[in-house]
Amino acid sequence: MAESVLKTSNAEPPKENRVGLKAADYAGGKSTLCAGCGHDAISNQIIRAFYEMSVKPEKVVKFSGIGCSSKTPAYFLSRSHGFNSVHGRMPAVATGAMLANHNLIGIGVSGDGDTASIGLGQFMHMVRRNIPMVYIVENNGVYGLTKGQFSATADEGSKLKTGVLNDLPPMDLCALAVQLGCGFVARGFAGDPKQMVNILKAALAHDGLAVIDVISPCVTFNNHEGSTKGYQYSKEHDEILQQIGFVQSYEQIEVDYEPGEVREVTMHDGSRILLKKLEEDYDPSNAVQALERLYRAVDNGQMLTGMIYLRPEKKSFLSLLNMTDEPLATLPLEKTRPPKSALDQIMRELM
Amino acid sequence: MSDSLSATAVLDEAADGRQPSVNDLTIHVATVNGSGSQSSNNVLMRSIFQMGIPVSGKNMFPSNIAGLPTWFTIRANKDGWIARKKEVDLMVCMNAQTAREDVEALEPGALCIYDAPLNCKSIRNDLIFFEVPFAKLAGELTTDSRLRKLLTNMIYVGIIAEQIGIEREEIVNAITKQFKGKKKAIDPNVQAIDKGIEYAKANLPRQNRWRVERMNKTAGKIIIDGNAAAAIGAMFGGVTVVTWYPITPSSSLCESLIDYMKQHRIGPDGKATFAIVQAEDELAAVGMVLGAGWAGARSMTSTAGPGISLMSEFAGLGYFAEIPGVIWDIQRVGPSTGLPTRTAQGDVLQVWYLSHGDTQHITLFPSSVRECYDFGSEALDLAEMFQTPVFVLSDLDLGMNNWMSDPFPYPEKPIRRGKVLSKEQLDKLGGKWGRYDDVDGDGIPYRTLPGTDHAMASYFTRGSGHDAFARYSEKPEDYKATVDRLAKKIETARGVVPQPVIDRRAGARIGIIAYGTTDWPVEESRHQLRTESSVETSYLRLRALPMSEDVKRFVAGHERIYVVEQNRDGQMADLIRLEVANDQHKIRKVLHYTGLPCDARFITNAVLEMEASISAKEPLLLVRGGVQRKTTQAAPMRGPATREARGED
Repeated sequence: MAESVLKTSNAEPPKENRVGLKAADYAGGKSTLCAGCGHDAISNQIIRAFYEMSVKPEKVVKFSGIGCSSKTPAYFLSRSHGFNSVHGRMPAVATGAMLANHNLIGIGVSGDGDTASIGLGQFMHMVRRNIPMVYIVENNGVYGLTKGQFSATADEGSKLKTGVLNDLPPMDLCALAVQLGCGFVARGFAGDPKQMVNILKAALAHDGLAVIDVISPCVTFNNHEGSTKGYQYSKEHDEILQQIGFVQSYEQIEVDYEPGEVREVTMHDGSRILLKKLEEDYDPSNAVQALERLYRAVDNGQMLTGMIYLRPEKKSFLSLLNMTDEPLATLPLEKTRPPKSALDQIMRELM
Repeated sequence: MSDSLSATAVLDEAADGRQPSVNDLTIHVATVNGSGSQSSNNVLMRSIFQMGIPVSGKNMFPSNIAGLPTWFTIRANKDGWIARKKEVDLMVCMNAQTAREDVEALEPGALCIYDAPLNCKSIRNDLIFFEVPFAKLAGELTTDSRLRKLLTNMIYVGIIAEQIGIEREEIVNAITKQFKGKKKAIDPNVQAIDKGIEYAKANLPRQNRWRVERMNKTAGKIIIDGNAAAAIGAMFGGVTVVTWYPITPSSSLCESLIDYMKQHRIGPDGKATFAIVQAEDELAAVGMVLGAGWAGARSMTSTAGPGISLMSEFAGLGYFAEIPGVIWDIQRVGPSTGLPTRTAQGDVLQVWYLSHGDTQHITLFPSSVRECYDFGSEALDLAEMFQTPVFVLSDLDLGMNNWMSDPFPYPEKPIRRGKVLSKEQLDKLGGKWGRYDDVDGDGIPYRTLPGTDHAMASYFTRGSGHDAFARYSEKPEDYKATVDRLAKKIETARGVVPQPVIDRRAGARIGIIAYGTTDWPVEESRHQLRTESSVETSYLRLRALPMSEDVKRFVAGHERIYVVEQNRDGQMADLIRLEVANDQHKIRKVLHYTGLPCDARFITNAVLEMEASISAKEPLLLVRGGVQRKTTQAAPMRGPATREARGED
């Protein structure tokens, strides 16, 4: 397995972040998931990313649908409001909340059952609308909370604990997101926390929907001989697209690299994503190439991780709505009730 | 009959013993949908309105864009009875598909104006027939085939105007309004009106049986449909997030809202104080409403029965997780492939109990466009005060038809936003608070909004698996405490939601209970019962669920209660039965469910029939009906088990 992270700094991280909070201020409740669950590894990186990005937890809103993955928002950022909603319908709830208050920083956690089956429609429409938030799919190929049925992302030929073989092709949520025009599509692996945290930071810097499909092994129902989303299998098949580095806008960090070796993408907040090429010709701003590479990975039995598609310039839904700067939720009455003259005019037109 | 009359003849109103009728008539126009008759019918209705005569217009249209039959009924009545009336005085037959049926349904002596090729006069000989060569007349106006079709409809307006005495000037005013002052559209339409007037003058006998004369009962009034009224109410009620998925008959609510909001809710800086989203389905629409309500916006959506079904799971989450949001249900006949363009009051039980587990939802029942306006904002207040989804049950008749009303008053009171803790309040509390803690004893806890800048503001929202402090819990005592408190909250709402409107008459032994648009025929029926049969009735018009305590008292105070509604099973009557344990035997059901609005005569006949049976061994407890009378009347069916009658009136 190649190194997945581009080292951007040697400095020790400070004990407090730029908003004066400690890492512990980003903690959540105690996880009730199985020991070794990939989801907990992801939660830890979420905590780290928000802490290191100095995001005030009070500004964050956490959303989820139903399933093991959807329980996790209770296990990080206790100081943020969270909403464990309806199976497959987190996108609608999150969309409504982001409309109500566009200053919020949204993070949604879903699973492969929640997103690829019952919630596929809402997921696709959320991508189409480009709601500015992070959308994580904790993808383990099985329904955990209902005890191990195949999900729609299970690979063809993979085997359940009971010996049942999956004979349907998997949905590739990354390919779907690229097709629907998502401006930020990445795939991570719960067993690669360094890559994960850099992807998360980049996603937080993205003004649009950031879809992150994370292979997150289910240690209880899909981590055995014959499963294709277990730790061992994933480690062996992880094909890293590029080394990812993330440099925050305020950091004066110059990274040494040969000309043409690193692709640098500046995000709307001034931060930079550095992508060190491992595959000579891969261009993450090219949707056709991204799809071609994803299909090829399936053919070659690879689990492709890294920055799959990145177009930070796409306009988000909230900017298209051209809403007033103050959140709709807290607008005072004088801004939401037109004057009497407006009603008089309407009544005159109806006489 | 008309054949033998000379062009200048005057029909003798005394010939069949009828008195001339002034400002009391029903006009029924049969056309093909997609032919543009809606504009003509609106002009006809509005010109009568502008002459000061109370009037209503009801569009009966198919689920189709072009080619199927459509009818429009205009009722003008000097006493203000503008509910649907089945008996037609003046019929306009323009549709070959339905001409025979339309003519056969008329009362003897009615006037029938028909398009010449339909040859309606051959169908029966007890009507007054006026034949008009519409194609020829329209051809004299224009060679443009599309315009010809549209102008044909305006020609019948001219003919009716000449026949019943609608003032030309008011028609021109109505046309000017209809076409928003656009001269290019106004001129040919006025020419078509004149064509009709001229033709009627020169070729048709004048009749004096039905006349309209100027009066003063509509001065200062507006004409509007319930959906637009609801939209205006919501806008002035400070709605900020609106989501919707197109469905008849609710689409025009959000479409009107979009128009009004663009005009009145965009600031001088061009920034909107709202967000309106067309969702991918009703699940997403209501999910967005709840997400927005959770985050502090005043949010709403509108839909119809099939959409309500799809919203069921979210409705339960909203109830248990205590999230505000408003859902308008413009009721129609079910199911999806039923009669989507016909009216009903069939969603009462579905909405009241919507979702899984023990759920009850605050539900409002507007009966008029004025109440659509009032509830547009009231529902948003109640949702935030009670932190729960609030439903407003309108119907197709109210939502899509045009109604007269006094202008809507500007809201005097500020909006009510419920129990929301601010950063400052949290500071005072030392950060100690419980999201589901019933500190006030009314079942309504406090909440915080996401984004509140306080380290103790946050809480985790999930269905019912929590304790008073929103901590995860599956303990039996915590769950029971949660659902018991929710019941208490709904109990609190009982006295806060819009209370019934009660008209108690001294000496009345029977009471009527109705809600929504059934109010209109009920009031007229009470008048009929009083003046024709000397039966005095009291009346309670329900405006909301949970049911006011007044209902129990009203039922207790009368010997028999007639619950009139527009569904097959008497859904509200059954809910009332649950409320009045000891008086259940008093409840009788009067049920009109044909897809068309209920009319007064049906109610009057049903009440009289049931009253006549009270001394019988098995008195009637239920009358179902509303189907138009045909030449042969079917005998009422009496089922011994249910003691019901299926009346055809």
